[in-house]
Amino acid sequence: MQLTVWTYEGPPHVGAMRVATAMEGLHYVLHAPQGDTYADLLFTMIERRGKRPPVTYTTFQARDLGTDTAELFKSAVSDAYARFQPQAMIVGASCTAELIQDDPSGLAKALDLPIPVIPLDLPSYQKKENWGASETFHQLVRRLAQPVERAPREGRRPSCNILGPTALGFRHRDDVIEITRLLGRLGVDVNVTAPLGATPADLARLGQADFNVVLYPEIGGSAATLLERVCSQPSVRTVPIGYGATIDFIHEVAALAGVDPSSVQAGSPSRMPWWSRSVDSTYLTGKRVFVFGDATHVIAAARVASEEMGFEVVGMGCYNREFAREVRAAAEKLGIQALITDDYLAVEDAIAALQPELVLGSQMERHIAKRLRIPCAVISAPSHVQDFPARYSPQMGFEGANVLFDTWVHPLVMGLEEHLLHMFRDDFEFNDEAGASHLGGHAASVAPQAVSEPVPAMAVGETQVVTTDLAWAAEAEAELKKIPFFVRGKARRNTERFAAEHGLATISVETLYDAKSHYSR
Amino acid sequence: MQDAFFLVVGSRTCAHLIQSAAGVMIFAEPRFATAIIEERDLAGLADANEELDRVVDRLLERRPDIKLLFLVGSCPSEVIKLDLSRAAARLTAKHNPGVRVLNYSGSGIETTFTQGEDACLAALVPQMAEAAPGAAQSLLIVGALPDVVEDQFRRLFSAMGIDRVEALPARKLVDLPAVGPNTRFLLAQPFLGDTARALEDRGAIRLEALFPFGAEGTTDWLASAAKAFGVSDSLFQQVVTPGRDRAIRALDRVRAELAGKSIFFFPDSQLEVPLARFLSRELGMIPLEVGTPYLHRPHLSRELPLLPSSTRLSEGQDVDRQLDRCREARPDISVCGLGLANPLEMEGLTTKWSIELVFSPVHGFEQAADLAELFARPLNRRHRLSPRMAV
Repeated sequence: MQLTVWTYEGPPHVGAMRVATAMEGLHYVLHAPQGDTYADLLFTMIERRGKRPPVTYTTFQARDLGTDTAELFKSAVSDAYARFQPQAMIVGASCTAELIQDDPSGLAKALDLPIPVIPLDLPSYQKKENWGASETFHQLVRRLAQPVERAPREGRRPSCNILGPTALGFRHRDDVIEITRLLGRLGVDVNVTAPLGATPADLARLGQADFNVVLYPEIGGSAATLLERVCSQPSVRTVPIGYGATIDFIHEVAALAGVDPSSVQAGSPSRMPWWSRSVDSTYLTGKRVFVFGDATHVIAAARVASEEMGFEVVGMGCYNREFAREVRAAAEKLGIQALITDDYLAVEDAIAALQPELVLGSQMERHIAKRLRIPCAVISAPSHVQDFPARYSPQMGFEGANVLFDTWVHPLVMGLEEHLLHMFRDDFEFNDEAGASHLGGHAASVAPQAVSEPVPAMAVGETQVVTTDLAWAAEAEAELKKIPFFVRGKARRNTERFAAEHGLATISVETLYDAKSHYSR
Repeated sequence: MQDAFFLVVGSRTCAHLIQSAAGVMIFAEPRFATAIIEERDLAGLADANEELDRVVDRLLERRPDIKLLFLVGSCPSEVIKLDLSRAAARLTAKHNPGVRVLNYSGSGIETTFTQGEDACLAALVPQMAEAAPGAAQSLLIVGALPDVVEDQFRRLFSAMGIDRVEALPARKLVDLPAVGPNTRFLLAQPFLGDTARALEDRGAIRLEALFPFGAEGTTDWLASAAKAFGVSDSLFQQVVTPGRDRAIRALDRVRAELAGKSIFFFPDSQLEVPLARFLSRELGMIPLEVGTPYLHRPHLSRELPLLPSSTRLSEGQDVDRQLDRCREARPDISVCGLGLANPLEMEGLTTKWSIELVFSPVHGFEQAADLAELFARPLNRRHRLSPRMAV
C-alpha cells in the first residue's frame, strides 16, 4: 500500500481512454462500476471537449456481483455496437472489474461482432496511465496495421506517420500542427497522425509511410518499435522540444527522407536564440532551476534550460519509472542525480531542500512552488484546465521554442525590475506588502496564503522547520528587511540554518553576512 | 468537520478521482489521501492490514492535527472484502486517546457521490453519547451545511425559544452531540437514509418536512420543528416572516428570468426532487423530467405530491437513454454532471452542473435567491453572448 496525496498518473484504463477519445470510429467498453464514470469529465472539463468520450461503462452494481456481471458486460458490448456503429472496439476492465475476473476478452469474442474487437489487458494494480495509453496504442497497431508494399521513392514526396499524440496530452494539439508544418516545409508528407484524429482504417494504412516520427515516446515508442519490425519503418526518436533539439530533429528527418534541411534552417526560423542572447536576458544567467515531470518533457526542458537559457539545472527527475534510465543519463551529463519517484511528497522535499529560483514542472510542482513562493512554469502533464489555452501554444518546433522562452521567463522578476524594486522599496507602490504584480497579486503578505491553505501542508518538511530558540538581534532583523522581499525568505532560512549548524543562539548582522558568504555560489 | 481526515483505501483510480473531482485538480490535500492497494497486497505478499497500519502511522506522524480519521472503503476494498471496521477498531486502540479512527464505505459500486455523506454521518452516529433519559427535548440538524447557513438556522430556532440545537456533523469531534429518545431531528438533505435510520435506532425521531430550499421549503422545515417544540403560531410567524419576506422579494427578481422555462434533471446529486419542487412552485419553471439516482420515497413523501403531474420521474442511471430523451425534449436548461455539461452545450443545450448545488450555500431563506441564480446564470450568459459566438 502506498500513501498518496497526489498522483501524477491515473490508472491504466484512463490511458486507454486517452487513446480512444483521441481517435474517431473507435469505441471502448469498460467493465467498471458507476464510480469510474468520473473519468469522462477529464475530457469534457479539463480539455473542454464538446463530445463525450466514446466509452461505455458497464456500471455493474453490488447486487450483480457473483451473479451476472458477465452477462451485463456482453449486453453492454452489443448495445454499444448497435448504438455507435464503430469501425473497431476495444474492451477491458477497470481496477474493480479486474478483481472479479470476468474475462472481457473471451466474452467479447463470443459475441462474434463483424468488426475487430481488441481486448486490453491493463493490470490496474501494477501499471499506470502512460503505460495504459502505450499498451492500448500498441495493441491497436498490432491488430490493425498491415505490412504493405511501398511505392518506390522516385517521383513522389517522402511520407511519415506521427505517433503518440492523444487526448488530454500536454499541448499535443498544437505540437501536431507545428510539426506537421515543419515536415511539410521539409517536403515530407504526413501519412497518418495517430492516435489523435485517426480512425481504425487509418491505422490499417500506417505501413504506407516511409518512416515514423515518435513525438511522445511514453505513448508512441512501443508502437514505433513494433512498426520497425512489422512494416520495416525506421523511427525518428529525437523529440523536437527546444531550438537545438528541433535542429537535430530536422537533420534526423532529412537523413531518413533524403531531403535537404538547409532551407528550413535558413534565416531565423525561431526568435528564441536572439531573445536569449539579447542583453536583457543577462539576468537569467545561472538561475537555479528544478525540473520535474514526465521523462520526455523533463529531458528536453533540462537541455533547453542549460544550453539555451543559460540556467543552472540544480535538480531534475521524472515520475514515470519506465524512462528512468534516460532521465538518469541526462542528469548525469549535468552533473546531478536524477530523482525518480511518483511520490509527490518526495518531490516537495527535494524542492524545499534545493530552494531553486525557478521550478519547471507539472501542475503539482506549481502547487508546491506556490506554497514555497518560488516562481514556476508548467512544462508537463498532469495538466489542468489552464494548460489547454485557447491560443496556439505548442511546445515543439521553432514556435515551441519561442513559447518556452516566454513561459519560463514570465514568472521571474526581470533583471531591471529587480533593481528598481530595490531602489524604490519604500515607495508606497513598491513596498514589501504590495508584493510583486506577477506573483498573483499580493503574494508578499502572509495572511491570504493562510486563508487559501487553512491546514498546514502535509509535507512541508524538515527543511522548513525553523528552530524557535534562535533569536534575531534587532540590528540583524533591520538589516534583513533591507534585502528585497523576493529573496528575503531564502536569506532568513539560510541564515537560521547557518546559525543552527554553528550552534549560535543569537543572529547578529555578522551572522547574516557570514551566512551570505557561506551560501554564495 | 475541521479536525477530520479522510483516507480512502482503494486503487489508483480512487486517488485520481479525488484529484480530478472538480475537473480542475482541486487541492484537497489538507483533508484527503489515498492508501493505494498494490499488486503485493492482492497477491498476499504483504498483509493488507499491516500495510494499512503502516500507512496510517506515516499519515498521523506527518499530520498531528488529525483527531478523527475516516478509513473510506472503495470498490476494490469492498470486492476483496478488506474489513475496515476491524482495522478502524484496531487503529483506534493503537492511537488512543489522541486519534479516533472510524470507517465507512465510499464505494462507487452501489452508490453515487452524495451517498458518501450519508455513509460518513451514519458512521458517526454510534460515536454520539447517550443522552440522559430525562434530558429535555433537543433538536438535531442532520447534514453538512456551510457554517454561515447553520448559524442562520440556529438564530431562527433560538428566536423561537428552541435553545438546545445541535448539528451532525459537528464542527469538531469533541462537539459531537448526544442522542436519545428526546432527540428530534431534521434532515437538511434528502439522501441521508442510513444516517436517519441509525439515529432512529438510537431512539431519535425524524421530523417530517419539506427540505429547506426556497421560501416555502425553508418555512415548512422550520415549522416542523416549531410544531414539535410547541412554539406558538404567533411567535413562529414573528420569527420567520422577515426572512421569508426577504427570500420572496429576492426571488421576485430572478423569477422573470426563469418563469415558463423548461428544465430537465439528469440523475446526479440526489437533490433533484426538492430542487424541482422549488423551481416549479416558486419560480414557475416547468420540470420535464426529474431523474435521480435513488428515490428516497419515505423522506420525499411531502415533496413528491408537490411536483406537477406532467413531470416524468425517473430513478437510476442509464445515460444513453436519458440523453435520447433530453435531446428529444430540448429543455431550456439541463441539470447534469460535469461529464455531460460541455457535450450538451456543444449541442446547443444550456446546462447547469449539479456539483455546484452540493458545494454552494443554497439552503435557507437568505440563500434562496442564490440558489435560483445558479439556474438563471447559464441562461443569462447565453442571452448576453452574441449569436455570432455560436459554436
